[in-house]
Amino acid sequence: MAIRSPTFKESYYEDIKLFQTIWIKFWVAVLVLGLVLLPIIGDPYFVYLVNLSCIATVAALGLNILTGFTGQVSLGHAAFLAIGAYGSSIMALRFNTPFWVNLLFGGGAAAVAGAIVGIPCLRLKGLYLAMATMAFGVVVEYLVITWDGLTGGVRGMNMPKLAFAGYSLDTDEKMYVFLLVITGLMLAAAKNITRTRVGRAFVAIRDRDIAAETIGVNITYYKVLSFAISSFYAGVAGGMYSYTIGYIHPEHFTLLLSIQYIAMIIVGGMGSIVGTVFGAVFIVVIPEFIKLFAQGSAKLFPFMKDRYDEEWNIAFFGLLIMIFLIFEPGGLYSIWTRIKVSFKNWPFTY
Amino acid sequence: MSGLAVGSMYALIALGFVLIYKSTKILNFAHGEIIMVSAFICFYLVSSYKVSFWLAVPITMALAGLLGVVTERFVLRPMLGEPVFSVVMVTIGLSIFLRSISGIIFGHDNYIFPNPFPTEPLNLGGIVISHTHLWTMVVAVVLTVIFFLFFKFTRMGLAMRGTANDQDTATLMGVNVRKVFALTWALAFIIAALAGIFLANVMVLNIGLTFVAISAFPAVVLGGLESVPGAILGGLAIGVIENLAGGYLEQIIGGGVKDVTAFVVLFLILMFRPYGLFGKKEIERV
Repeated sequence: MAIRSPTFKESYYEDIKLFQTIWIKFWVAVLVLGLVLLPIIGDPYFVYLVNLSCIATVAALGLNILTGFTGQVSLGHAAFLAIGAYGSSIMALRFNTPFWVNLLFGGGAAAVAGAIVGIPCLRLKGLYLAMATMAFGVVVEYLVITWDGLTGGVRGMNMPKLAFAGYSLDTDEKMYVFLLVITGLMLAAAKNITRTRVGRAFVAIRDRDIAAETIGVNITYYKVLSFAISSFYAGVAGGMYSYTIGYIHPEHFTLLLSIQYIAMIIVGGMGSIVGTVFGAVFIVVIPEFIKLFAQGSAKLFPFMKDRYDEEWNIAFFGLLIMIFLIFEPGGLYSIWTRIKVSFKNWPFTY
Repeated sequence: MSGLAVGSMYALIALGFVLIYKSTKILNFAHGEIIMVSAFICFYLVSSYKVSFWLAVPITMALAGLLGVVTERFVLRPMLGEPVFSVVMVTIGLSIFLRSISGIIFGHDNYIFPNPFPTEPLNLGGIVISHTHLWTMVVAVVLTVIFFLFFKFTRMGLAMRGTANDQDTATLMGVNVRKVFALTWALAFIIAALAGIFLANVMVLNIGLTFVAISAFPAVVLGGLESVPGAILGGLAIGVIENLAGGYLEQIIGGGVKDVTAFVVLFLILMFRPYGLFGKKEIERV
């Protein structure tokens, strides 16, 4: 009798199963349970951090579908976030529509914008695409500021609290459940996109677009689709953002935000759903550690006192991008896989 | 006329981009940060250490060149042979890293750069122009000619072009790719330092200087990423277009159009002529 390895697969469908082993199901269940219990046992600040992580995860998922899976660089992700945030806020303020309409509208508006940007970008690749999307980001930022009849311009816009079936979700704990559910849905959708025909077409385009075209992948269709899906995610994340923070301003959606999302997918792992979650959580949480570190060092060195500000985080993001690209291009995901494999095979190296 | 003056500034910045792109196929997103940092270095040399301006300029250029070599060695060298995307992202990481570090060190205040040139404008047969702008134009044109000749006729220029074309083949042909890279980055940073000093003269000196480099992207793309004369012409054209838009469109649409016109132009160029006016159209082989 042959010895079966733990990763023995007999059919393709086994290979792309959503939950590979019973253990993954178990750990996902544990994670969900932990997240549900968190607001009851944990500090309210953790809840707030998880909220931010949820928004970041959804937005970074969108960018990863575009950049990590389809290989199209985008420096304008914040623009789609802005479109989603403003779209859903305007719907909520002007037409008083329920939240799911607002979120879908925000996502839809961003998706349409994404498809419109995607069409002229079909000819562009790499560097040129990065510049085109960056230009788009700048133009959107300008429009948001100038068109103040619709967007409130530099005064920003206040968002009403979210109401769900008569209950007002006015605290972080109540938002928490709502954001978790949406993030879960978006994660499941992303995972399913990537393991179906569409996802494989994306990966084929990323790996070699001309070769993909010769084997019958409709590049035009899939590239535009990828832009649309990615922008939809960003738009929904924008809507979630405006509901959670309660106030939006053009300065929230600058080039720096786009770079932050790029940092998330690079740190997490390009072309990996789990990695995206790692990256998003990591980038959201790291400023807290920097703050702690700054406070700790202030005790040791008096001149460090009150020196901490936002700049530190940004500098650290830049450093992280460089370090990960140079030393660990696969991101946290590949570190995690390596650790997992070495535990599984212990005491053998391979 | 002031469009041309601003344009020559863009041209000087664009030259730095083109130099790096021409020999390494990398678009350096951290260029603006180098411009800003070297402007600050020069400012501190002049104001705090009382070095005379004409001595401070070569010192700044030397320091910038050194910074270029260091950057190449520790940030770009490990990326040799990696996909373009990763290399570009590394420069973006470098850019926001440098910008925030400078924000921490230099603060966010505005400084007035000590102007070394006579303040009363020159009058050249009816055309009024300030000394600084004239100097910028002269330097931009001279540098362009030098680099044009350098790429065309010298051995090192040929090595740089070869490296850009195909790193592996260049290595096989005995080109010292590492040396080429180090030299390119040093040269580009030196040009950035020059641009920074001129820019700080014309504008106020603050962290925001970095964004001028982002505004120079349209100039680079319009001229074509690998064309030295294209950088100059693109820069001048964008400068003029911006000023015209500021003059005419601003009354119709409202304030701020000036800053965004260049990006609309960039978008249009990329759509219709991605390789720019003078760039080479690339044919892709599988």
